[in-house]
Amino acid sequence: MLTHIAAFLSQLTQTLLVVLIAPLMLGWLNQCRAWLQNRSGPSVLQPYRVLLKLFDKDALLAHNASVLFRSAPYVQFGCMVLAASVVPIIETNLLFAPAADVIALVGVFALARVFSALAAMDVGTSFGSLGARREMLVASLSEPALLMVFFTPLLIVQSSSLNVIVDTLAHREFALYPSLAFAAVAFIMVLLAENARIPIDNPATHLELTMIHEALILEYSGRHLALIEWAHAIKFTTYCAIGIALFVPWGIAQAGAWWLMPGAVVVLIVKLGFIGVGLALLETVSAKLRIFRAPEFLGMAFLFAALGMLTRLLLGA
Amino acid sequence: MSTLSALPAMPMSVQLINLMASLMLLIAFAMLAQRRIRSLIYLFAWQGAVLAVNCLIVAWYTGHGELYLSAFFTVLLKVIALPLVLHYLIRKLDIQWDVETLINIPTTMLAGIVLVVFAFNLALPISQLAGTITRGTLGIAIAVVLLAFLMMITRRKAVPQVIGFLAMENGLFFAATSATYGMPMVVELGILLDVLMGVLILGIFFFHVREAFDSLDLKHMEKLKESGE
Repeated sequence: MLTHIAAFLSQLTQTLLVVLIAPLMLGWLNQCRAWLQNRSGPSVLQPYRVLLKLFDKDALLAHNASVLFRSAPYVQFGCMVLAASVVPIIETNLLFAPAADVIALVGVFALARVFSALAAMDVGTSFGSLGARREMLVASLSEPALLMVFFTPLLIVQSSSLNVIVDTLAHREFALYPSLAFAAVAFIMVLLAENARIPIDNPATHLELTMIHEALILEYSGRHLALIEWAHAIKFTTYCAIGIALFVPWGIAQAGAWWLMPGAVVVLIVKLGFIGVGLALLETVSAKLRIFRAPEFLGMAFLFAALGMLTRLLLGA
Repeated sequence: MSTLSALPAMPMSVQLINLMASLMLLIAFAMLAQRRIRSLIYLFAWQGAVLAVNCLIVAWYTGHGELYLSAFFTVLLKVIALPLVLHYLIRKLDIQWDVETLINIPTTMLAGIVLVVFAFNLALPISQLAGTITRGTLGIAIAVVLLAFLMMITRRKAVPQVIGFLAMENGLFFAATSATYGMPMVVELGILLDVLMGVLILGIFFFHVREAFDSLDLKHMEKLKESGE
């Protein structure tokens, strides 16, 4: 009984932590980009202010908007919170962990994406359908790559549960894993594509010819838009958390070791900080690709992931 | 922690050799995807460097003295001399433009992955017979050879084809190191000298090809007869 309460508390802390620091993570990334581009950017708290402002505003709906359009933001937000709940970030004792392994996690992301694409097409504006099509083009290429990325740690640990993967990888003796390095490179490429970051999509633009993510949410306003933007931030942070869990899991406390949790939180914040700097650097030095070059970019990601899996199978490394 | 048994710890030597093998494979794929001749030459030099480091590691852990020598010759020839000659050639020929590929790059990559799987299955029975610490990398070595071969097939310009040929030789050298701790020194020196002579002769050949056809695109050589008179 006591262990259940502990697991519940641990679960609640972790989910709340991810949901609450997600906008901060985006703000930090924007701050780093601003520094690298030699300008003084908005405060790191700006995403919170935007969310507050949007929650305060009235939600406007198109006349022909259906239930789907109104429910999609809630579905997306729910999916992202669920995804955030199954990724161990400070402790591996997660109550929700049996609900979804890494493969189901891909499915949860896909569910949110399907709803955002359907909702974008629901009102019938041309930008919505355009964005939905592009989103689906990118998704159809990044999803197989993401699954391939997951297969390498899966093969090493022989379990598809993130808890077990983290437990095993974080507490093993030191060994070189070239296959994990390949998978990590592929994962970064998928992360950039899935979260509408720079080589695939420019998060700072409303230029209609190039936008993907912005085109999907063009018709939303008020609390709906706030939920979608928040879900987007949670998705980004969850991706970072998955990256940490798979490739740099050191510092995550073992199940039941609650006295290690404050240290784990500090380690997590340092890691997220470094990820923000790294991604900002990547986005600053690379240019946005033409949409038709996206298959090549994601094809490379798939290749890296497949190479990682092959080296694991061929060399056992 | 029963799952920890799923992670058998390999000796450091094998881990390092495996790392080098995966780097070889990575560079082979990078060469396949690279469109620019200049970057292709840099990649070739890197491949030589990885080969030399692998040679050193094998020499260190097995105590085969002559492998130090072949690592030295590899650096001398494949990291310094050949890239310099190739750089000189493309500067003289004034070709630093993009390389064309016959099929598009994602398709070539997928073909490459299939080749890797094929190569590994080919090498599996052989490497089970071998008793060397490097036997696991034989499949990678064959894959590097096949990938270089694929690169020669998909390229139309002369210089990338020559680089593909050289990369194939790198793969063979890697195979020799991983299967039998290197070839006899005389054979190795002979091959290295052959490769150097081959590149020098092909360099002269490039100039003649360009003089005769006004281009280094080898599709012009498919026409057997003089046309247009």
